[in-house]
Amino acid sequence: MATRTSNLSTANPATPRAWRWLGATPMARRRALWGIALIAPNVLGLLFFFGIPVLMAFVTSLTEWSGFANRLPVFVGVENFGRLLVDADFWQALGVTLSLLMMTVPVGMALALGVALLLNQKLQGRAIFRTIYFLPVITSTVAATAVWTWIFQPRYGLVSAALAPFGLGDLNWLTRPDLILIPVAVVVIWQRLGFDMILFLAGLQNIPRTLYEAATIDGASGWQRFRFITLPLLSPTTFLIGVLATIGAFQIFDQVYIMTARTTRGGVGGSATTLSLFLYETAFTQSELGYASAIALALFLVTLLVTLIQLRLQRRWVYYESDAT
Amino acid sequence: MKRTLGEDMSLPMRLLTYAILIVGAVVMLLPFVWMLSTACKPPQELNLIPVRLIPQNPVCFENVSALYDRSEDFNNYLRNSALVTLGRTLGQLITCSLAAYGFARFKFPGREIIFALSLGLLMVPFQAIMIPEYLLVRQIGWLNTFQALIVPGIFSAFAMFLLRQAFLQIPLELEESALLDGANPLQVLWYVVLPLSAAAVAAFGVITVQAAWNDFLFPLVVAPTNADTRVATIGIALLQGQRDTPWNLLMMASFIATMPMLLLFVVLQRYFIEGVSMSGLAGR
Repeated sequence: MATRTSNLSTANPATPRAWRWLGATPMARRRALWGIALIAPNVLGLLFFFGIPVLMAFVTSLTEWSGFANRLPVFVGVENFGRLLVDADFWQALGVTLSLLMMTVPVGMALALGVALLLNQKLQGRAIFRTIYFLPVITSTVAATAVWTWIFQPRYGLVSAALAPFGLGDLNWLTRPDLILIPVAVVVIWQRLGFDMILFLAGLQNIPRTLYEAATIDGASGWQRFRFITLPLLSPTTFLIGVLATIGAFQIFDQVYIMTARTTRGGVGGSATTLSLFLYETAFTQSELGYASAIALALFLVTLLVTLIQLRLQRRWVYYESDAT
Repeated sequence: MKRTLGEDMSLPMRLLTYAILIVGAVVMLLPFVWMLSTACKPPQELNLIPVRLIPQNPVCFENVSALYDRSEDFNNYLRNSALVTLGRTLGQLITCSLAAYGFARFKFPGREIIFALSLGLLMVPFQAIMIPEYLLVRQIGWLNTFQALIVPGIFSAFAMFLLRQAFLQIPLELEESALLDGANPLQVLWYVVLPLSAAAVAAFGVITVQAAWNDFLFPLVVAPTNADTRVATIGIALLQGQRDTPWNLLMMASFIATMPMLLLFVVLQRYFIEGVSMSGLAGR
């Protein structure tokens, strides 16, 4: 190897031009090759299993295709998107998804913040409480939803037994379109609380204690300290959790699939069919892969849109320390 | 440790705090208790009113065998879940720590753009690409196979990002001295970088294990119909879908499928919580 003789290989005519793009020195080129070799398995795998499907999603959404091996996709342009706009089932699924979003995100976040505030104090047994509140997070959604379905059984379920004294023991939680989203929301909140709590606790730990001491000396009440120190300094965490919870709410699938598996999948009259379930059913039960791909893109775009709105609104209420100079 | 609120709480406040926390804890635990309680009830006790938390005649073991009578392959489903979980976690550990190290410590043309594009994939929820994923897996002949359940799951932009963050924390000098001693980058990664980021690797490991074990939608899409490769979550969904499955057996199945993660959590709690904090930070 001629390059080994010189450290100044940029000036070394023996270095083949083709290799220069990798780096200026032989050492740098060797490191570059190592780097490429190290990232190659994961990057190629991501490209193949996720990058290509992203591109395919766009193409498929422009076709009409049953997906059966002996049928070829037919190019139909943007027809699927036109159909989406006038499909009552799609709007219902979007409505169900947004309802679940409104039912789970604010309540779930408020509860998680409440628990985090309580656990952020000098208390005996903090660790045990934290463990208990976190347990549902690591439980399989399928198993957890099966349990909650049993809990919400009319008449013999726990909830019905508890409500029986009020004459509400026979409520058909799982088959009444006006009730079905309540058990679903309960599972979602129950399973998410511990996750949000941990993030809130981390955020609370980051607030400098000296601020509270100074405020106390200045005569601030507990509420004032919460309102003017905790809330603003916690707002980046609150924002982060809000975005994560919103994205999560748009993907609710396991809960509605399992909870309605015994009755009518997706709820009576589609009352529990979220966008994700609607997409799944259209693709794999109705075998309309082209149209389902259009739904998938719509799901992605709606999620992106809501996230962007949140990002825009954040300037109004999220306080970043680096902004205050 | 910093404490921020309630330094000098009065006794009534303290009691109120405990009362709220205990009520909350009961609500969080009740489904687990109810699951175990139902799993041990004989059929005739399922529809008793008033509801009993402790079964009068507990029949835990009888229900286990009744479950296996009804779902003969349930043990296979558990084994398949274990296999898929192990395969995905070990695979991810290899591909993602290699890639994380490559991105953290090596300069090569296009590094930033490739990294940014990989992270861009994190924006895309699985739902959005579930149809092409199914088509791709079918096209390469993997539908209903273990390859389909494991291989796509060993590539992860998220794990790569988390591990890269951890690797960047390690002082460069340690790696440089190993390199000067003649170690190649793989040896440096194995003997220096990974041991020094053991806590982050463990945190990443437990959240990967948890996600793989509990995964439902992905197996539902790529391996929906073959009993030989069926995982436990799908097995439970099938039991749930059969209207004549008694609740005690369904609860037993849920309990069995939940136990491994509960045990793992009790032992490795610290890493679970760290993993959650890390993934929260990643979203920032």
